[in-house]
Amino acid sequence: MSRLDIIDLGYLVSAVLFIMGLKGLGRPRTAPRGNLLGAAGMFLAVLVTLLNQDILTYTMLALALAIGTAIGAVLALKVKMTSMPELVALFNGFGGGASVMVAAASFIEAVDLNAHTTQISVAAAVTAFIGAITLTGSMIAFGKLKGSLKWSGFPGLSLLRAASLLVAIPLAVLLVMQPENQGWLWALVAAGFILGVLGTVPIGGADMPVVIALLNALSGVAASTTGFVLDNPLLIIAGSLVGASGLVLTQVMCKAMNRSLLEVLFTAAPTGSSSGDDDYGDGVTATSGEEVAMLLEIAKRVVIVPGYGMAVAQAQHAVRDLMVKLEASGVEVVFGIHPVAGRMPGHMNVLLAEAEIDYELLFDMDQINPTFARTDVTIVIGANDVVNPAARTDPDSPIAGMPILDVDHSRTVVVIKRSLSPGFAGISNPLFVADNALLYFADAREAVLEIVAALHEG
Amino acid sequence: MTLLIALTLFVLAVFLGMELISKVPATLHTPLMSGSNAISGITLIGALVSAGTDHSVLTTTLGFVAVTLATINVVGGFLVTNRMLSMFAGRKKNRS
Repeated sequence: MSRLDIIDLGYLVSAVLFIMGLKGLGRPRTAPRGNLLGAAGMFLAVLVTLLNQDILTYTMLALALAIGTAIGAVLALKVKMTSMPELVALFNGFGGGASVMVAAASFIEAVDLNAHTTQISVAAAVTAFIGAITLTGSMIAFGKLKGSLKWSGFPGLSLLRAASLLVAIPLAVLLVMQPENQGWLWALVAAGFILGVLGTVPIGGADMPVVIALLNALSGVAASTTGFVLDNPLLIIAGSLVGASGLVLTQVMCKAMNRSLLEVLFTAAPTGSSSGDDDYGDGVTATSGEEVAMLLEIAKRVVIVPGYGMAVAQAQHAVRDLMVKLEASGVEVVFGIHPVAGRMPGHMNVLLAEAEIDYELLFDMDQINPTFARTDVTIVIGANDVVNPAARTDPDSPIAGMPILDVDHSRTVVVIKRSLSPGFAGISNPLFVADNALLYFADAREAVLEIVAALHEG
Repeated sequence: MTLLIALTLFVLAVFLGMELISKVPATLHTPLMSGSNAISGITLIGALVSAGTDHSVLTTTLGFVAVTLATINVVGGFLVTNRMLSMFAGRKKNRS
C-alpha cells in the first residue's frame, strides 16, 4: 500500500468517526462519546496528513500546533460557563479565518506552479468570501456577546451591506478569469470582511442565537469549499456535515421566533415604541421576597422560566438553591425553556447544567406549555418577550405569531425583573398587568436569594 | 478526484448532516454547536500542508497562521464541549 493510499484510508476512517461523532452528539446519553469520536477522527486526520511527502519542514508545524494547542486548551478550560457564547463565537471565527488562509495559500501556490484549474479558482473565490464573512462576523458577535461592543450600525448600513454582497459576484468572475492577479483574491477577502461586520453589527438580543448558529454553519461551508481547492475529500465531507447541521439548527432557531432567516438578516428586528413605565399605569402589582416565599410554601408545582436576565445576573446557582429548598419541602419544580432564551442555542441549558440542575427537569416549550394550567406558581427570571402573551392575542404586535411560553395560564406568575423596561422587541408586555401576575423588581440573583432566605425563615 | 466525485461527496454529506441533526433536544444545542464547530476545524489538515511545503514565504506564513488558528479551534472546541458534557454527566451521578 502506498503512502497516498494510507493517507486516503486514514481520511475515510476519520470521516466515519466524524459522522458517528455528530450522531452521538444528538442524544444526551451518547453525547460525551460522540465528542470523543469526533476528536479521535481529527487526531487521526492530522496524523496521516503528516505522512504527506510534500511536507518538508516539521519544526514550524510543531511550533504552530503547540501554540494553537496551548491557547485553545487554556481558553477552553478557563472559560466561565456564562461566557460560553463568546467562546463559541471566537473559535468559530478562527476556523473561518484558517479556511481563508489555507484556500488563499493553496490557490497562490497552484497559480505559481501553473497548476490551477477553474475548479480551484472558483472554490478559492467562494472560500475567500465565506471564510472572511465567518471571521469578522464571529468577531463582531464575540464583542457583542461580551458586552464590550455596543455599536449597532449607522445610516446607510443596509445599502453598503448589499453592495459588499453584490460586488462579490464580479470579483469572483474576475478572479476566475485572471487567476494570476492576486488583487482579486484579496479584494474578495476584503468584501467578505466588510459583509461579516455589517451583517452582524445590527443584530442583537433574541436574533443572536440565529446568527451564532448561522456563523457556525458558514465555518463548515468554508471548510467544505476549501476541500474543493485542495481536492481533499475529508474537508469536503466534514465541512458539509457541519454546514448542513448548522443550517438545520439555524432553521430551528428561526422557527422559534416565527421569522425567516432572511428577515433576521436583512430586516431590522421588529420593534415597538414602548418607553417602559408609562405603558402600565397602576395595573402592575409589585411583590417582595417574603410574599413570594409565602406563595411557594403552599404551592404543589412550580415552573421556573429563565431568560437572559438570569445569565446577566449569574443567578443560576441561586436558582439551584431555590429548587433544592422547594424540593425538600415536597414541591415539584421544573424548568420551562424557550428555544431562543439567552444569546445562543441552548444557552439556558448550559447555565443550569453548570449549577448542577438535572437536564431531565428542563422542558422544551412544547412539553411545558400544556402543563402551565396545573401549575401553582411560575417564576419568570429575567425573560420578557418569550413570555409576552401579545404574541398570541394581538395580531398587530411586532412579535405576533412567535411561539411563547404560556406562563399566564398558571395560577400565579412572579416576574423577576429589574424594571419595567421593554425587552429586545421594544414592546410592552400585557403579562405584567395581568390579574395573576406579580412583579418583583430586583436583580435576578438578589431576588432569588431573598426568596430562599424568606423560605428558610418561614 | 474529479469535480463530479467531489460534488457527489458534497451533496451526500449535506443530506447526511441534515439527517444526523434532526430532533436534537435543546439541552444539547450548545454542545452540538461547539462540537461540530471543532469538526469544522478540519481545515487544519489543509493548513498543515500549506505550512509545510515551503513554497514561498507568503504561503508558508499563511499556512503557519492557519495551523495556529485551526488548532485553537479544534483543541479548544473539543475540550470545551467535553467540559460542558461532563457537567451534564456529573450531575446525573450526584442525584442517583
